[in-house]
Amino acid sequence: MANNAQVNNNEEYAIQLINMNKWYGDFHVLKDINLNVKEGERIVICGPSGSGKSTVIRCINHLEEHQKGQIIVNGEEITGDVKQLERLRTDVGMCFQHFNLFPHLSILDNLTLAPIWVKKIPKAEAEATAMKYLERVKIPDQALKYPGQLSGGQQQRVAIARSLCMDPKIMLFDEPTSALDPEMISEVLDVMIELANEGGMTMLCVTHEMGFAKKVADRVIFMDAGQIIEENNPEEFFNNPQSERTQLFLSQIIDH
Amino acid sequence: MYVTDKILPELPAPSNSKGLIHWLKTNLFNGPFNTLFTLLAAYVLYKVIPPAIEWAFIDATWFAETSGECKLENGDRKDGACWAFITNRFDQIMYGFYPEAERWRPNLAGIMLVLLTIPLFFEKTPKKAWLGGFILVIFPFIAFVLIRGGYFGLEAIDTGKWGGLMLTLIISLVGILFALLFGTILALGRRSSMPIVKSLSVVFIEFWRGVPLITVLFMSSVMLPLFLPEGTTFDKLARAMIGIILFQSAYVAEVVRGGLQAIPKGQYEAAAAMGLSYWKSMFLVILPQSMKLVIPGLVNTFIALFKDTTLVLIIGLFDLLAIIENVLGSDNAWLGFHTEGLVFAAFVFWLFCFGLSRYSMALERKLDTGHRN
Repeated sequence: MANNAQVNNNEEYAIQLINMNKWYGDFHVLKDINLNVKEGERIVICGPSGSGKSTVIRCINHLEEHQKGQIIVNGEEITGDVKQLERLRTDVGMCFQHFNLFPHLSILDNLTLAPIWVKKIPKAEAEATAMKYLERVKIPDQALKYPGQLSGGQQQRVAIARSLCMDPKIMLFDEPTSALDPEMISEVLDVMIELANEGGMTMLCVTHEMGFAKKVADRVIFMDAGQIIEENNPEEFFNNPQSERTQLFLSQIIDH
Repeated sequence: MYVTDKILPELPAPSNSKGLIHWLKTNLFNGPFNTLFTLLAAYVLYKVIPPAIEWAFIDATWFAETSGECKLENGDRKDGACWAFITNRFDQIMYGFYPEAERWRPNLAGIMLVLLTIPLFFEKTPKKAWLGGFILVIFPFIAFVLIRGGYFGLEAIDTGKWGGLMLTLIISLVGILFALLFGTILALGRRSSMPIVKSLSVVFIEFWRGVPLITVLFMSSVMLPLFLPEGTTFDKLARAMIGIILFQSAYVAEVVRGGLQAIPKGQYEAAAAMGLSYWKSMFLVILPQSMKLVIPGLVNTFIALFKDTTLVLIIGLFDLLAIIENVLGSDNAWLGFHTEGLVFAAFVFWLFCFGLSRYSMALERKLDTGHRN
């Protein structure tokens, strides 16, 4: 379908945020967010709670609406048009803090639902793909169970596999380990690191796991009070933070 | 410092059963008040139950050609129940004034429905969705053609002649099916982000919920024909059914809305984030979960609907109760056996409602996937 909006059609960018602003009522939650993400780039967004970091990535697949500025995903500006969104979201996978698996469906059905109903892939083929990704997240033996029977770490790995089944170009992670018990965090991070190291997929990850950021991120973005405070490669970001706010934040989380 | 030197074994849980005497002591005779109430209750039961059993079973007359066999020589009633009234007029209680020679048609429709439904209860049945769709979409037409007739050489039987339990079941099944369908659409409409859809749904629900069903039925049979162009006739049964469906769908809508609201926002977001359209995310993700949550409320509404079908007697349709109360009650051959008729009608209604209730409980257990939101 035709997209009449003006687009800075730069093919190499997977995501462009241009002067994006968002308000919740009178509360200015995102202020002039500018961010260009290259295809295949892996970005970690961190910051204190309430800084707007989750809101940024939720705007990218339009779970939240921005009021000002532009969001361009895969060269197409997001207009909020329903058909455009459905098409765009098949290319943008998302993992949530609380997994949001569908509790009434088995793990396998969770994974095949969107491929079958959105991409019209035949059931047998969708199931084969699902099993492939379940093996990648190391829980093929749980395929016939229900989400309620799995541990938090297993559920989050299923959620990642579910997103991958749609073969997305971009993956958004919204604090994927924040709701997990401590001993389950590493099993999820391992999966994410593996995914990042394979390359090819653009990843945006909101997380407090600084070890993960150091290992895989191409860039780390620090946000506070609705704006981007600092943006740098991980080495510089952690060893030589420029702004006072970043220094304070890093001292608070790393010292523990 | 302390380090354990052994892993403790698992032991069976202590048994709670300590015998009948213990149970009686803790549940029926723990204290003077409870003892008193237990004895009182036992006395009341002793006074009520044996005579009731005697009336209903031991002294009852089950079969008789005439009402005389239920009476003593001096014309007074015998002590026991006269079920012969029911058994003698059983066909009319089941079918109303439906012609005897054609009763195989509703029977066939009923048997077909049962045979088609049975496979749905087995896990292994292939293509269950198609079978379910056939029952919901195609079968009603088959049943209508069979029972109403007028096609394929079947004699047309006017709906005014339909009656008895058959009519009660037809109104209830059609009512439940369509009330569920419209109610669900209304519930989605009431939660729609489109202002017009939302307002229309709210107005519809609040209007129909605010009107007594009796009024709806009177309106449909007395008022509606006044508004229709002269000469148009509109089947009385169809009007009653439409009234019941509109009325009950408002209730179903509110029950379903409760379920929709109980589904966490994350489910809507996850479905949307995967590219599912509104309708797909509703039918594949949200409704299956919310319907499961509201099974108790839905069954409540359906039971109410089933019993409310008895109100059609006020517009001159003869359902199970109306046949017993108005038709057979004024039948000279069986005057004076009113109580038996009402007890029987109550028993039939109770049987269906209880069955529905038990089925819904089994369904809830079956659909439970161990997840609590």
